[in-house]
Amino acid sequence: MIQDEIDRRRLLQALGGAGMLAGLEALLPAYARTRDSAHPADAAAQVPGGTPGDVTMDIHVRRQTIDIAGGRASAITLNHSLPGPLVELWEGYNARLRVHNHLDESTSIHWHGILLPFTMDGVPGIAFPGIDPGDTFEVNFPIRQYGSYWYHSHTGVQEQLGQYGPLVIHPKSHEDHIPADREYVVVLSDWTFEDPHRVMAKLKKMSDYYNFNARTIEDFAEDASETGWGATLRDRLAWGSMRMTPRDIADVTGHTYTYLMNGMHPGTNWTGLFKPGERVRLRVINASAMSYFNVRIPGLPMTVVATDGQNVEPVETDEFQIGVAERFDVIVQPKADSAYTLMAESMDRSGYARGTLAPHPGMSAAVPPLRERPERTMVDMGMAMIDMDMDSAEMGAMGHANEGGMGKSGMQHDGHDMGAMQHGDHAMPDKASQGDHAMMGSAGPIVARHGPDRHGPGNISVAEVQRDRLAERGTGLQDVPHRVLTYSQLRNTKPMADRREPSHTVELHLTGNMERYMWSFDGVKYTDADSPIDFPYGERVRLILVNDTMMEHPIHLHGMFMELENDQGEHLPFKDTISVLAGSRVSLLVTANEPGRWAFHCHFLYHMDMGMFRVVRVLPTDNEGERDA
Amino acid sequence: MPKLASDWMIPVLLLGSVSLPLTAAADNDTPSGSETDGSSSEELPGKITDPDVIAPPGARTSFSGAPAEWTNFVKDSKPFAFSLIDRLEYGESDEEDTYVWDAQGWIGGDIHKFWWKTEGEGSVDGGSPESTELQALYNHTVSPFWGVQAGVRYDIHPDPETGYAVLGAQGLAPYWFESDLSVYLSEDGDLSFRGEFEYELLFTQRLILQPRLEINASADEVPELGLGSGLNNTEAGLRLRYEIRREFSPYIGVRWEQRYGDTKDIAEREGEPSSATSVVIGLRAWY
Repeated sequence: MIQDEIDRRRLLQALGGAGMLAGLEALLPAYARTRDSAHPADAAAQVPGGTPGDVTMDIHVRRQTIDIAGGRASAITLNHSLPGPLVELWEGYNARLRVHNHLDESTSIHWHGILLPFTMDGVPGIAFPGIDPGDTFEVNFPIRQYGSYWYHSHTGVQEQLGQYGPLVIHPKSHEDHIPADREYVVVLSDWTFEDPHRVMAKLKKMSDYYNFNARTIEDFAEDASETGWGATLRDRLAWGSMRMTPRDIADVTGHTYTYLMNGMHPGTNWTGLFKPGERVRLRVINASAMSYFNVRIPGLPMTVVATDGQNVEPVETDEFQIGVAERFDVIVQPKADSAYTLMAESMDRSGYARGTLAPHPGMSAAVPPLRERPERTMVDMGMAMIDMDMDSAEMGAMGHANEGGMGKSGMQHDGHDMGAMQHGDHAMPDKASQGDHAMMGSAGPIVARHGPDRHGPGNISVAEVQRDRLAERGTGLQDVPHRVLTYSQLRNTKPMADRREPSHTVELHLTGNMERYMWSFDGVKYTDADSPIDFPYGERVRLILVNDTMMEHPIHLHGMFMELENDQGEHLPFKDTISVLAGSRVSLLVTANEPGRWAFHCHFLYHMDMGMFRVVRVLPTDNEGERDA
Repeated sequence: MPKLASDWMIPVLLLGSVSLPLTAAADNDTPSGSETDGSSSEELPGKITDPDVIAPPGARTSFSGAPAEWTNFVKDSKPFAFSLIDRLEYGESDEEDTYVWDAQGWIGGDIHKFWWKTEGEGSVDGGSPESTELQALYNHTVSPFWGVQAGVRYDIHPDPETGYAVLGAQGLAPYWFESDLSVYLSEDGDLSFRGEFEYELLFTQRLILQPRLEINASADEVPELGLGSGLNNTEAGLRLRYEIRREFSPYIGVRWEQRYGDTKDIAEREGEPSSATSVVIGLRAWY
């Protein structure tokens, strides 16, 4: 077949470009063998491009012992590599992808963010039965989109074992093409040498198992010396009354995780080469199971040009937070003949993934130290900001940072609302809103209040006040002294095609019980749900997500893009995965034009597995009632 | 494998051209194209519209809407099992050297659990334990932090062996107090109460001081078990453990036991002390 020839040619281009002519077998495992410094590490991550056309590709899923993260472990590889090979496709052509299961258990590959017939979406038990051991599953579909995507197992916890890879689609239309002299995929992920089932079990039995940043007596003493004993004690009592901790940033941390960039741990230093002055496109893909990253390149501004595959108006920034499964494409233009560190700090700052952009192999730049660990705030808790009964001196003293003023940005001073707190009547000021740099750290406006339903035993707290936090920086970035991307800055390059007012509204609450490690929507886990969520076919649906938990969740809808209502008028950005900040309310628009049964879930792997999951069904008839009758 | 339109590149009206600059989609401003009204089972490029595929006519799994015979891979109802040896310790006091065990565990899901508990103590000098207590309980999680428990307790020691019905509540109280409150009704109709509370103070992420308080009270006098009515005894402890791993932490500490009222008098009549202070060394472990 002609396409096979094209594949081979592209492969040879990649091989030649990397100076590796040792042959196929030498190349593919080299991607997995991260300590193999004989080969330039950028080879597999560079997007070769080439002649558009149909693509046929075989993906072999295997259990293999490989060198990874500075050790040796049994992982799941795809075509002998981890991450899997780059799947490179062309919009307007066909993709024929064959997944061969060499495991001794069922598997699957989900094509994240891809518009395709739902039976090819790769979610076992929902879209298809799964791929049995020894079987092959073929998907064959016309490519209707462009951009940066990825693919991964949707079966159990296989994704944590390495079953993921990047997927890039080149645009058909010239106007969607973003010129760059070279392109790299930057796949961020988290690796553990523990059995993922054991990780899950540990979280279930002791949910703070991996948190080695809990507040100590020493922290108490420090805070007391800064803000006074009384204030510190009140702060501890306030959190204690809720049985929550502000140091709960990530469920699984660097205690067990090694953070990888294109499969390589920080010491191995993945390197992307450039010539000074070139426009380099980085397609940053967060393929981790449980880790948010804050990504920056000290000394080099980044221009964000796309998110979740779809183009946005260029935004220059210095740092962005990327939730699990999100993608951000950035253009950088290093002009100096020197190396730059590509730094991806885990959000809880228990570790980092790191690579280098360099004009020559072997170069590196300084790796910035991990910054101070962030803490949750009362905004995250979905609490009204201020109890007017408290005197302001006390309030100022209670946070760590108190020089900022209050009420800077449309905050509602609602003292009476504190009575609605579940336990006790301790009122607390909001640290973020009066942070060191009040200008940057202001909390978004309150847009709604929570109803009486507290969502049962599976949910600890509710967002009594729900804020629009799209203009806020992510956790830990409130006070960094440089530009940080926010969702509010994302502006679609094209006006929206479907301008109808939504005919249906679906509101879902993100709920959880950290103490028992239960995760759900509306307090109901997946297998306890009565039915799929029906989106009427062809209709415009407004999907409202309210995060009642105290942590952000990356919520992913399969099969259809969501347009994020972020005040960009008719240029709302498309997302397939939205990081919903704690205590916030976000609104998304979906045109339900892709029939099928689509998974909808939190992309934290262990939250998904605990039932923070639903099926969204789009059925092109109106007689479902008869069917259910 | 559903059949795909073979020549999908021919310009067609795509439903929802929102993000799809493909072919003639740009001409279509209204995503709810009229070609879909009624029971459209026609093939659209890259889409499956057959209602019988999306909502299969046979038996379906309620939550997924998928055919019932398909395996569900979201194992959100998978049971877990937890076992904790909270205290396994050797205590040295002026009176006698003792050993104590205190363990519990559960098997089950989030709401329904089987819960077992055992505790006891004895003299290291030999002889049978002073107390050996076994409990088998059903736990029902009723709120985010609390479960109610009901079941049976059987004490092998002291003599006579005694069976109890148990009703309790176990959970995490505000301000991080691990709490276990139980009411016991013995086979002889005697009512008693026990409350246990634990707290944790972190010196470091691994060096943890755990104050512990246990209170026992009885509604009835049970002379054969050495119990008066009212407050029977309290046991306070302070244990400093080091988590070599989360699951494995040796500790040192001190334990104060105090008897009260009639219980104290009974003990004194039998030549036992009304209070005891022990220095303890022990192990906390879980899996």
